Amino acid sequence: MSSLQSLDIAKRSATTTATPDARRRIPEVAKLIDVSSCIGCKACQVACMQWNDLRDDVGTCHGTYDNPVDLTPQSWTVMKFSEVEVTPGRLEWLIRKDGCMHCEDPGCLKACPAPGAIVKYANGIVDFISENCIGCGYCVKGCPFDVPRISEKDNKAYKCSLCADRVAVAQEPACAKACPTGAIRFGSKEDMLTYGDGRVAELKTRGYDKASVYNPEGVGGTHVMYVLQHGDKPELYANLPANPSISPMVAIWKGLAKPVALATMIGAALVGFFHHMKQGPLEVPEHDEDFVANDQPNVVGVEDGSRTHVQDA
Amino acid sequence: MKKLYIQRYTDNQRINHWLVVVLFGLAGFSGLALFHPNLFFLTQFFGGPQWTRIVHPYFGVAVFLMFLLMFVAFVGKNLWRREDTQWLNAAPKLVLHADEAAMPPAHKYNAGQKLVFWSMTVCLLVLLVTGVLFWQAWFASSVPIGLQRVAVVLHALAAFIMSLTAVVHIYAAIWVKGTLRAMTQGNVSAGWAKHHHVLWYRDKMEAARRDVQAERL
Repeated sequence: MSSLQSLDIAKRSATTTATPDARRRIPEVAKLIDVSSCIGCKACQVACMQWNDLRDDVGTCHGTYDNPVDLTPQSWTVMKFSEVEVTPGRLEWLIRKDGCMHCEDPGCLKACPAPGAIVKYANGIVDFISENCIGCGYCVKGCPFDVPRISEKDNKAYKCSLCADRVAVAQEPACAKACPTGAIRFGSKEDMLTYGDGRVAELKTRGYDKASVYNPEGVGGTHVMYVLQHGDKPELYANLPANPSISPMVAIWKGLAKPVALATMIGAALVGFFHHMKQGPLEVPEHDEDFVANDQPNVVGVEDGSRTHVQDA
Repeated sequence: MKKLYIQRYTDNQRINHWLVVVLFGLAGFSGLALFHPNLFFLTQFFGGPQWTRIVHPYFGVAVFLMFLLMFVAFVGKNLWRREDTQWLNAAPKLVLHADEAAMPPAHKYNAGQKLVFWSMTVCLLVLLVTGVLFWQAWFASSVPIGLQRVAVVLHALAAFIMSLTAVVHIYAAIWVKGTLRAMTQGNVSAGWAKHHHVLWYRDKMEAARRDVQAERL
């Protein structure tokens, strides 16, 4: 996507100073995906392709309904089908719409080395600004959900933009508009949480005691949330992580390491400078035996056959 | 009378070292550009941000290969000996008080120089292996993400240690007068050699005397 002036930027990748903050905050938005209402029709995938002008290569059958089998630079959302038996003998077909979760604390943005290549708008949407993307793949390391994909054609990172361009003009994301069962809803995060709580209560009356809204704390909450029948076991849903958070490796690398390492390297050069200022250069005294007669070659040990008559020390 | 010098490095060794210097600088500064946002402006020296990302790994591989030649040439003289530990124990006196009298006699390389050699060797190995693991254009997509996350941290750590080593290495060459000549012209003064590397000095002078005697016979 490209940067949108109409939305305020709350966070900007590889930027150590404050982002423009004068304007009043607009409400946070969220998409709520109710897995219990999803029929797996993939209208959302088609709508995503159409709105974003994406056409993935025709793939091959992997023996599942997942098509394509995983997210790609051309497929920003993919339905993941899981066949599980939570109660033995009772098969459940869980269909999760995979894609960017739009973390409140985005690992991709933390890891990105290119200023402004990843932004988080004030409304919570995390977006890749492709013209600033350098194709290093650090966002992939930062993401706790394994979402960004690097194109081998143009070396740019791609993922769901939550249709930031549509949201900017008060439209819902394309997937939400296309969903025939209302399993994908879009609105303010507050409203989506309230609606989700209603769905959870409803599911509990149907025997899903552990139903809950998936809005993981480890990444500060997400702007794409799920209603899960088995909220205690998110892994059932095509390995949705139970407690996602930014890897401690990435946190060290992009946290303390940056200022400490830079300061230490500059410090080392300064120590050298002031050492020289105080100690001065380390010079050697000259003695007679360090000289040879003018008719002698004055470099010993050159492999050119020259011979020097050196004085005895 | 002319000042006497002792050959320390051949032309090829010096060309090799200069190539390492230039490539290390290119790899180092393009890496720093992607390490800290305040240094992102360095990407301008490599043709812009995208080009920096493209060229950095190639500079890295090149500096490793060039260093490999240096490693083979110099590893024999850099093996750790018992005297090196004694030298290291006495090193604070040298650094803080310029007191060379307290230093055990050194061969071609003293313990500090050997540490630089081994630090560079280990860091470059770590940089190469970890760098390949998250080289997006070629390998990263087939490396498990957990391993890549460890790799990026180790890559940064090794680069950091190597940069500090380079600062020490460069400063030592500036501080000890007459050292840079070994890099630019390949030789050092006899006084320099006697003072800082007396065992190596004796070997060289002995060899020179032997050569002259052999000629007389």
